[in-house]
Amino acid sequence: MSGPDRSLQAQLDRMEKARQARKARFKLRDHHVTLSHGSGGKASFNLLEGLIAPAFSNPLLDAQGDSAVFSANGGSGPMVAFTTDSYVVKPLFFPGGDIGKLAIHGTINDLAVAGAEPLALSVGLILEEGLDMDVLRRVVDSMARAATEAGVEIATGDTKVVERGSADGLYVNTSGVGRVVAGVELSATRMRPGDMVLVSGYVGDHGMAVMLAREALEIEAEIVSDTAPLHGLCQAVLTAAPGTRVLKDPTRGGVATSLNELAIIAGLAIAVEEERVPVRTAVRGACEILGIDPLHIANEGKLLAVVPPSEAEDALQAMKSVPGGEDAAVIGDVREEPEAMVLLETGIGGARVLDMLVGDPLPRIC
Amino acid sequence: MRYIDEFRDPDRIRRLLDEIGRRASGRSFKLMEVCGGHTHSIYRHGLEGLLPDSVDLVHGPGCPVCVIPMGRIDDAIAIARTPGVIFTTFGDMMRVPSSTGSLLDAKAEGADVRFVYSPLDALKLARENPDRRVVFFAVGFETTAPSTAATLLRARADAVENFSIFCNHVTIIPAIKAILDSPDMRLDGFIGPGHVSTIIGLRPYDFIPERYGRPVVVAGFEPTDVLQSVLLILRQLDAGEPRVENQYGRVVRAEGNRKAMELLHRTMQLRPFFEWRGLGFINQSALALRPEFADFDAELLYDVPGVRVTDPKACQCGEVLKGVIKPWECRVFGTACTPETPIGTCMVSPEGACAAYYSYGRYSLMKRGAATEAAK
Repeated sequence: MSGPDRSLQAQLDRMEKARQARKARFKLRDHHVTLSHGSGGKASFNLLEGLIAPAFSNPLLDAQGDSAVFSANGGSGPMVAFTTDSYVVKPLFFPGGDIGKLAIHGTINDLAVAGAEPLALSVGLILEEGLDMDVLRRVVDSMARAATEAGVEIATGDTKVVERGSADGLYVNTSGVGRVVAGVELSATRMRPGDMVLVSGYVGDHGMAVMLAREALEIEAEIVSDTAPLHGLCQAVLTAAPGTRVLKDPTRGGVATSLNELAIIAGLAIAVEEERVPVRTAVRGACEILGIDPLHIANEGKLLAVVPPSEAEDALQAMKSVPGGEDAAVIGDVREEPEAMVLLETGIGGARVLDMLVGDPLPRIC
Repeated sequence: MRYIDEFRDPDRIRRLLDEIGRRASGRSFKLMEVCGGHTHSIYRHGLEGLLPDSVDLVHGPGCPVCVIPMGRIDDAIAIARTPGVIFTTFGDMMRVPSSTGSLLDAKAEGADVRFVYSPLDALKLARENPDRRVVFFAVGFETTAPSTAATLLRARADAVENFSIFCNHVTIIPAIKAILDSPDMRLDGFIGPGHVSTIIGLRPYDFIPERYGRPVVVAGFEPTDVLQSVLLILRQLDAGEPRVENQYGRVVRAEGNRKAMELLHRTMQLRPFFEWRGLGFINQSALALRPEFADFDAELLYDVPGVRVTDPKACQCGEVLKGVIKPWECRVFGTACTPETPIGTCMVSPEGACAAYYSYGRYSLMKRGAATEAAK
């Protein structure tokens, strides 16, 4: 009996070694940038870790937060959060939102999950020659409205025009500065076994709304993007659960990718109960048809929170009390083992590894 | 959600597992699920960890992406690189490695490669781009071949002259036969492919119980479908009466889909032989367009290298596809070959045995490792 067992253990060790090696040293083997590098999944991670991060390496960047957090006066003064993000979504308008609204909310959310109150945003527009002025007007109006509703000012900006064919209508970049609420310190490294994982509502709405809005898919379903600013939700959670370990907005790559990032940084396991993850029936149905996991689909108005077990109930109630957080749920917990992995306990009682997204979520063919 | 939840009912699952456990105790069984869709479902729902250790599921050759040999991807890339061509493909073919990179790489280097959800989308692209030549990369078993056939007939009827098909359709039966004839075969029964069977029906499987004495149960893709099929195979083995059984009666009819088969016969013919990744050349195992459709046959219209490319030496896709080794027993599994940098095709598609194992199976493997450790 010892023969095959040893080989099993040897294989296991080899896989584990390879996995650890990959974690420590990202090797970018590709010769060209492919669309996978922009998907937010593993390829993006490899591009970032293998090429971009090493070039710019410094303590602020290496912390790998959604925002960089530093002191405004270089000492122990008030902490400031700073972030940037670019938006290239296609189509420009989709049910529940548009590229402009998304750009405002996205940057607000990167500040919010750092525990910051957004103060001011910048807007950079890259416009393609020939773009319909009405389209631009709609996008800009939508940005203005989103900023006003969120109580944030667009304080500076820039506009560039490129030749026809050099951009797909328009691209948006937004950067933002926020004030970190005194005493708040959020990081995946603060996670401990026993902590609870919460999500603020239905997952997968945004990504599926955009996917269905692309003409190739003729699936009729009423799915609208969940794009929304999260700073209210974040502050409510931080007030109710001051011991909150980390907050994250599960955008590209979905909940699965975000949780994997947390598990890797923390060096701990996260176990998710499939049944407890809120997924709308329409999203679930579309996912079944396309063969995609709802946990791999982007969200633009959802919050993941890891909190100590004693504060889980308070954090949950706080989420539920904020508009947009009514459907919040506890979806899992943090465990010691297996290190740096996310497990999914399936609805039928099985269990499997929930991995990061690899490349784009391409539908399976049969 | 209706039509989904009832097939994932924990109580039914438990009852099925109980009976499987009773019937399988004291013996061990190796069952092959032929279709990649089953492999995916088994991992996605964590079924392998629920089954008793005495029931070993072996992942068969039924992943259409996995069985396409490297040389054919080289050919596809050569077509895609032809000036003026829009090359269309199903999403998961984009990442399959050839000897010179994947279609995704070719796209990054300037080839116009687009992914479509159906061959009809490719035909639509051809109509919308009359000054371009649109090629559809047709892959898949009998499940997807009829839609290629229907698209071909539509293209001819409407005289869409800038449209053609690079046909790589394969047929499942010769592959199963090749596995049964392989000297290292040690399978006790087959979970038959559900979707292929909607087209070909049940009769083509008769030779498996008759000549090889192995049960075949054509199965659906939900957890209860797969478990019930395992149980039906065990019952057949207990009774000593192997036969072809249809668990997927809500979709599969014994006679199959005659109309679809007729479409296939009208448009395609068997190739004398075709190379399968890992399995080598199998006689009469793939389809080519009939000579009447030469004007739509990309293989004739374009200059393709048509060279046989040897699989990377370290890659053991063949043994995995035949069920001789488990994915994790492959030399490069999880080390040089991962879903991000696949060497073998089995690691590319989420239906591929290795990719499924890599994404979902590691946990059950780890648990098994821990259990073995504890038993010592």
